[in-house]
Parts: sequence; structure tokens; C-alpha cells
Amino acid sequence: MSLSAKDKKTVKTFWAKVSSNGEAIGADALSRMLVVYPQTKTYFSHWKDLSPGSAPVVKHGSTVMAGVADAVAKIDDLTSGLLSLSELHAFTLRVDPSNFKILSHNILVVLAIMFPTDFTPEVHVAMDKFLAAVARALSEKYR
Amino acid sequence: MVEWTDFERATIQEIFSKIDSGVVGPAALSRCLIVYPWTQRYFGSFGNLYNAAAITSNPKVAAHGKVVIGGLEKAVKNMDDIKTTYKDLSVLHSDKLRVDPDNFNLLADCLTIVVASQMGQAFTPDVQAAFQKFLAVVVASLRKQYH
Repeated sequence: MSLSAKDKKTVKTFWAKVSSNGEAIGADALSRMLVVYPQTKTYFSHWKDLSPGSAPVVKHGSTVMAGVADAVAKIDDLTSGLLSLSELHAFTLRVDPSNFKILSHNILVVLAIMFPTDFTPEVHVAMDKFLAAVARALSEKYR
Repeated sequence: MVEWTDFERATIQEIFSKIDSGVVGPAALSRCLIVYPWTQRYFGSFGNLYNAAAITSNPKVAAHGKVVIGGLEKAVKNMDDIKTTYKDLSVLHSDKLRVDPDNFNLLADCLTIVVASQMGQAFTPDVQAAFQKFLAVVVASLRKQYH
């Protein structure tokens, strides 16, 4: 299920439209993840406030979406492009990779809410494949 | 037995009273067939599913999307015992339709995304949690009679 040339073009075009909302997308996706999948809160026990829209959630949502933006730019070689991020997740953060799918789902939900006409089925499948490819690249260094 | 909070009950009733089943059902099913193309294996008799445009305009897909929402509405009316309500449907999907139950989650995800795009900001994290919990119970009930 690798990214075709059409997938990459769809992702880049859609991302160009929505990237200015990156911080809002990240904050909402992360907020939702913590509410809808409470087991993900276990990774953030060091935050004072895990409620939707709280300061640490908004800040971290930005960080995550900056990573996604970086991945869009490196879409032609995600494995080497995201190498240091993979090392971070594998050796320092040690996030179970099943959670990448969970966050990806919530990013897609936010995109559907914020961009109902642009988030067509064709854009949906390209973004789903892209986020899955990003997850694979992030899992690269795990073992 | 599944425990529902008052908020969850009210949220599920409200969502299903607000959505247009003629729109959401077809949109969710066609999205599922487009985003997860291997699900097309169950719809060999539906004719032209060759590309997204064909799937979206296919009348059999649209008709079946409405059937699916009708099934969900049964669960909405019987939230305190979806497992029993769905017994025959589970047997149908297992023995006759032979659907891999992992596919139920794929359709559930597409339903979530379509309802989210319909409701916009009203689809808050708490509403999303209630909706996804409802769909998880539906999926578990559909899986129950598999053997």
C-alpha cells in the first residue's frame, strides 16, 4: 500500500489548502484522541491539564502537525526523512505504534469537520494512506 | 450489559434524529468502498465499482447504504440490548454474507467521518466518544454469533 504519484499529488494539493490551520487541526485532533481513547492519556501523565484545548494539548498539537507538515515535504522518502523522529519515538518516547493509527483517525475526523467539501473520498483515501506511511516510517527504528 | 450515561443516550438519539439517512448511509458506504477498496469483495453483484465517481453514483450502493442506516436505527431504538436485537443480523453476516468482521470497523470509521462532516463543530470530542462507543457496541454485537 505504497503512495502512488497520484496519492502524493493529492496529499500535497490538499495540504497546501489546509496547512495554515495546522495548529488548530493538531490541537483538535489531540484533544479528541485524549477524550475518545482515554488509554492514550497514559503517555501524558506529566501534563497538569489534559482537557480539550488546554495549553499543553494545544502546544503539543502544534508540534505534532509540524511533524506532519515536514512529512508532506519529505513525501518522496519518508523513511530517511523521518529517521530522527523515528529514533525519538522508538528510544525516548516509546509510544506503542498502535497509537499512530488512533491519532491518524482523529486527524482525519478533524479534517472532515473543518473541510467538509474538500475532504472528498479521494482525498480521504490519499490522506489515510499518507498517515499510514508516516506511521510506518516512525516505527522504523523500533526493533 | 452496556452502561450508557444520560449524555450518551441523548447524544445518540439526537444524532440519528438529525442526520438524513438517505445522505449519510450512501455517503458512508461509498466512502468505505473507495477508501478501503478490498471491501468491494462483498458487492460483486452491484455492477460498476471501477472508480470513485462510479461508486458514488451507483444506485445499488446508495440503496444499500440506506439499509445499513436502517439497521443502525434498530440499535438506537434498543440501546439496552443491542446484542439480542442483532442476533439474527449477526448470523446473517457470519453464515450467509460471510463478511470478515474486521470490515465492520472500517465502515464504522467511515460513518464517524461522514457524521463529523455533517455536524461540523457540533461533533465535539464528547459527542465523538459517545458515537464511537455506540458503533463499538454495534460491531461487537454483529461479531457475537460468528463461530
